[in-house]
Amino acid sequence: MSKKNPIQKNAQTGSLKMLWSMAGIGLICAFLIVMTYEGTLPRIERLKAEALEKAIFKVIPGMTKKRTFKLDENNNFIEISSDEKDAQLVYAGYDDNDKLLGIAVPASGMGFADILHILYGYDPNKQAVVGFYVLESKETPGLGDKIEKDENFLANFAALDVALSDGNTTLKNKVVTVKHGAKKNNWEIDGITGATISSRAIGNIMGESTEQMVPLIFKNIEVFK
Amino acid sequence: MSKQNKNKTGFFANLENSPSTDEFIKGLWRDNPVFVQVLGMCPVLAVSNTAINALAMGLATAFVLLMSNILVSSLRNFIPKQVRIASYILIIATFVTMTDYAIQAISVELHKALGAFISLIVVNCLILSRAEAFASKNTIGKSMLDALGMGLGFTFALFCLGAVRELMGNGSIFNIPIFPDNYQEWVVMILPAGGFFTLALWLLLFNAAKVNRTEVR
Amino acid sequence: MKEEPLWYIFINASLINNFVLAYFLGICPFLGVSGKMETATKMGGAVTFVMLVASMCAYGIHALLVAIDAPFLQLISYIVVIASTVQLVEMFVKKLSPALFRALGIFLPLITTNCAILGLALFQTNKGYGLLESFVYALGAGAGFTLALILIAGLREQLEFAEVPKIVKGTVLTLLIAGILSLSFMGFAGLGSQ
Repeated sequence: MSKKNPIQKNAQTGSLKMLWSMAGIGLICAFLIVMTYEGTLPRIERLKAEALEKAIFKVIPGMTKKRTFKLDENNNFIEISSDEKDAQLVYAGYDDNDKLLGIAVPASGMGFADILHILYGYDPNKQAVVGFYVLESKETPGLGDKIEKDENFLANFAALDVALSDGNTTLKNKVVTVKHGAKKNNWEIDGITGATISSRAIGNIMGESTEQMVPLIFKNIEVFK
Repeated sequence: MSKQNKNKTGFFANLENSPSTDEFIKGLWRDNPVFVQVLGMCPVLAVSNTAINALAMGLATAFVLLMSNILVSSLRNFIPKQVRIASYILIIATFVTMTDYAIQAISVELHKALGAFISLIVVNCLILSRAEAFASKNTIGKSMLDALGMGLGFTFALFCLGAVRELMGNGSIFNIPIFPDNYQEWVVMILPAGGFFTLALWLLLFNAAKVNRTEVR
Repeated sequence: MKEEPLWYIFINASLINNFVLAYFLGICPFLGVSGKMETATKMGGAVTFVMLVASMCAYGIHALLVAIDAPFLQLISYIVVIASTVQLVEMFVKKLSPALFRALGIFLPLITTNCAILGLALFQTNKGYGLLESFVYALGAGAGFTLALILIAGLREQLEFAEVPKIVKGTVLTLLIAGILSLSFMGFAGLGSQ
């Protein structure tokens, strides 16, 4: 087309060709990305759900069945069949005889490097936190990531006291992290030397979440049973 | 590992004349992207705190490098010169996104460990420089060999760093304890500072080898 | 979740989690242009500026991608926007101040492949920052980058006159200095928390 008068039309065809080739490459790229996304999505979701399921079974010892609940705007819990985005979910765990063993609550907050996502198990009979698991953390390997591995630290969550005060609306004692070795009471978390900030962040997240969620769960305990 | 590597260099000496093997071999040792060219440092240092992370990151980068080299090379007569860099970046970003999803589909745990650094493969200067300097001028076969060599060389270098850092900082390799229990870990090696130090030490080794070679000559 | 105060975001991005010394982002220009104080300062300024623009763009793109529910386009659109931002800045500087352009000339294209910019965009999305928070985060990251660059450049200028063994010269020496700096920046950990 442009061969007749190459000098005159060169610039124009040049930019047209550029546009075409960019569009072509964009098309190939878009095709590849969408293919991969569609292809891997079901498996990714399944793996993520499996990982969460495993965590839930870990934080509520002895459970065999799970039911998911959502906290609605009026602070009531409603059972839902599948996970919903952007809602405060809790997972209730039951044994073989459908007896309520505990409730797993996800919580998140700022750690040292990035946002920490944790899951803890609350046992309404014992009025205590009975399990703890870090869902997602980017804490410094070797220091901050001790919150996932340090046995002494994890032992804090075998029985962490979150008993309610007389009116059942607040906790008797808010959960806090104290310096390593300074733990005296059951509602305190023994910190980690070398991971002071990360372990303190866990204390803050737990403190805030339990203060909000435990009275709510206790108020609605009939829903879970 | 070191023995295997010696074999490779010995092998390389024999086949130096064959041009196609040379495309492959040069990335492994003589032009090693990390130790000799000092390219693509960000992922090298950030995720090389354990051997397994280093290996996974290396392989992911090698895969992206291979795929983008193939595509760039097959489109090399089609891409106008003025928009070539933009096209390369587009192609690389596509493959990185694909790798990102693939890794998530393989293991959520691994994706957690490598985190945001998978996405950062896009800005790894190594991939862009191979696309620009090699794949845009050579045939598909040659570009593939080049990408394989460079990718494996990159993986090898990452592994060297990761293994040293994990061994010193955690007393293990691939999570298998090497040192006895009473070994006091050098936590600093896993920390960012350890990354700088370890890389400096490896470069020192390579420099020493280079200086030695020139003096012998 | 508790909101972070703005000053903490700034301190966090610039000192505690310094992009260069804790996340290893932007190492390439860090090794390349940290030889002279003057170029280091200019490079720092250029990167900070691009960071601010890119951060704002990334915020907009993220909002758009959430609206049309296409998370898989995140990476590709970020990188395209960053590349075009750099191009725009380049043209802008060229027109406005040819002297500055000559000084920065070679560095501007380099910024495109500067992982710090892309890293910033990705991190701010991960952390779910709002518009103002993103701005402060970008400002902090840029300040931290400039600070690290200037510190290294100062040290390297001094070392020009020192007697250093031949095999240590160059990249190795810079890496060793960076390692020591990274160690000392760890002292900032915990700054700003109760």
